[in-house]
Amino acid sequence: MATLSERILGGPAGTYVDVSVDRAFAHDGTGVLAREAWCEMGCQGVRNPEGTYIFFDHIAPANNGTTATLQAELRSFAKARGLHFSDVGGGICHQLMAEGIVLPGEVVVGADSHTCTLGAFGAFATGVGATDMAAIWASGGTWLRVPETIAIRLTGDLRGAAEPKDLALAYVRDLGMDGANYRALEFIGDGVNGIPMSGRLTCSNMAVEAGAKAGLFYADNETIRYLAGYGLSAAPQVREDCTCVEELDIGLSDLPPLIASGHRVDKVQEVAALAGTPIDQVFVGTCTNGRIDDLERLARILRGKGVRVRTIVVPASRRTLQEATRKGVVDTLLSAGCVVGVPGCGPCLGAHMGVLGEGEVCLSTANRNFTNRMGVGGEILLSSVATAGVSALRGEVTVPEAADVR
Amino acid sequence: MYGEGRAICVGRDMDTDRIIAGRYLRTKDRNLWAAHVFEDLDPTLARRLSGTVVIAGSNMGCGSSREQAAIALKASGVVGVIAPSFARIFFRNAINIGLPLVECPISCREGAWVRFNLEEGWAEVDGERCTARPLSPRMLEILKAGGLVAYWRNQR
Repeated sequence: MATLSERILGGPAGTYVDVSVDRAFAHDGTGVLAREAWCEMGCQGVRNPEGTYIFFDHIAPANNGTTATLQAELRSFAKARGLHFSDVGGGICHQLMAEGIVLPGEVVVGADSHTCTLGAFGAFATGVGATDMAAIWASGGTWLRVPETIAIRLTGDLRGAAEPKDLALAYVRDLGMDGANYRALEFIGDGVNGIPMSGRLTCSNMAVEAGAKAGLFYADNETIRYLAGYGLSAAPQVREDCTCVEELDIGLSDLPPLIASGHRVDKVQEVAALAGTPIDQVFVGTCTNGRIDDLERLARILRGKGVRVRTIVVPASRRTLQEATRKGVVDTLLSAGCVVGVPGCGPCLGAHMGVLGEGEVCLSTANRNFTNRMGVGGEILLSSVATAGVSALRGEVTVPEAADVR
Repeated sequence: MYGEGRAICVGRDMDTDRIIAGRYLRTKDRNLWAAHVFEDLDPTLARRLSGTVVIAGSNMGCGSSREQAAIALKASGVVGVIAPSFARIFFRNAINIGLPLVECPISCREGAWVRFNLEEGWAEVDGERCTARPLSPRMLEILKAGGLVAYWRNQR
């Protein structure tokens, strides 16, 4: 009996396997170096162009001439090789792969650490660097060590203002920043049933923050319902009795809103512990929390009110922005005083569109708060959308209540 | 694969943002990465790295998949990196660009003489030896070739 990772990769934990890659993707950040390595390998073609994707999301549109020139090279490459290509404003690679591309059981490799996001579909999805991606372009496959698995057993349902992001922060806190290094996470238990696809993507997204190679949900009715919305069909994956190296139990019913601080993703406390901390900026978006459910939740909190600190909202994709526009979410956010940015990564990696100044504090719905990441001397606090929303209204860290998100 | 040099000690959970900051990524200039490596940790470190062996705490290279982190270390003249554990993407990246990594829990003393041998699976700080976790045969071959690009070309 095997874990989901073992089933998809076709070998027992600890062994090395050569796998063919169903979907491979890179972005403007990693694609430039991957193209260079691919050329040095002899530019011998792209083996599986139908399964190869290039997304411009990290610094998109370009912030200066150097970036623009590098992007032009990669854009030409994608077009010349017949790869799927999404230009500036299309959205974040992981979100676009989640909009009707990735299917359960696939092997997905992305040149980005948050590729684990796509484990939400019951795919084995993991991140690599640029040179590994170049070799995948050339050969159509790669080698992987089949990871041992940590099961995260969820019970109950989220209550009050808690959301899947709080669950993600909880397991990173419990495992620590390297607690799952070289391993895969599997989210199991009855608590999974109540988490919609958007929330599963949030949970899988942060697997790498505990060092994990992948973070998987078994495909179920919710997966099938979501994919049907894109005209795709899939079968459920039934969990077998299998061996996990560790099991972590998380009760959802009493999970409070959480916040990460101190430049460590695993330094997680209840929001209440930091309540009243002044903030200079709020950022809602990214591959963690930039989906339509997140933007709608934010709009519910801000409707008819005004933010007291600059609040930057970046939809995860063009489709997200379109849906948010149709539903009046964008109007609500603009009326509340938010900035709504171009779909993409926004200021998450500190490259543009919301970089922090010395001594500034940003409450962000992203997944990383490393030292200086969003700007030299800046500090990042990580939270849910609800916490970010109520804190934006007060200009200081604020605990969200159930009434705020209704 | 043998390497030696003076030890440079860095802490645990050393994320790739601190190895090379996001603001320096929009270029293909390896010398620029080498000039700014570890800048947010210690701005004087970059110019002291040539010929050294970096000994880090656990979870070395966590965070972003940016290969520039491993390239920056190699371009700055680092001979190898030793840590009790590496984040997996950094681990693959380093091997792929030909930067030797030694996975073993050895205590660091700044400026101590460090030696390591990957085939034999050990590292030493001032003569005090520690057994390293072995690399897979393929990883060792990639490293010996000087990285994945060279390995790939040799295979053809």
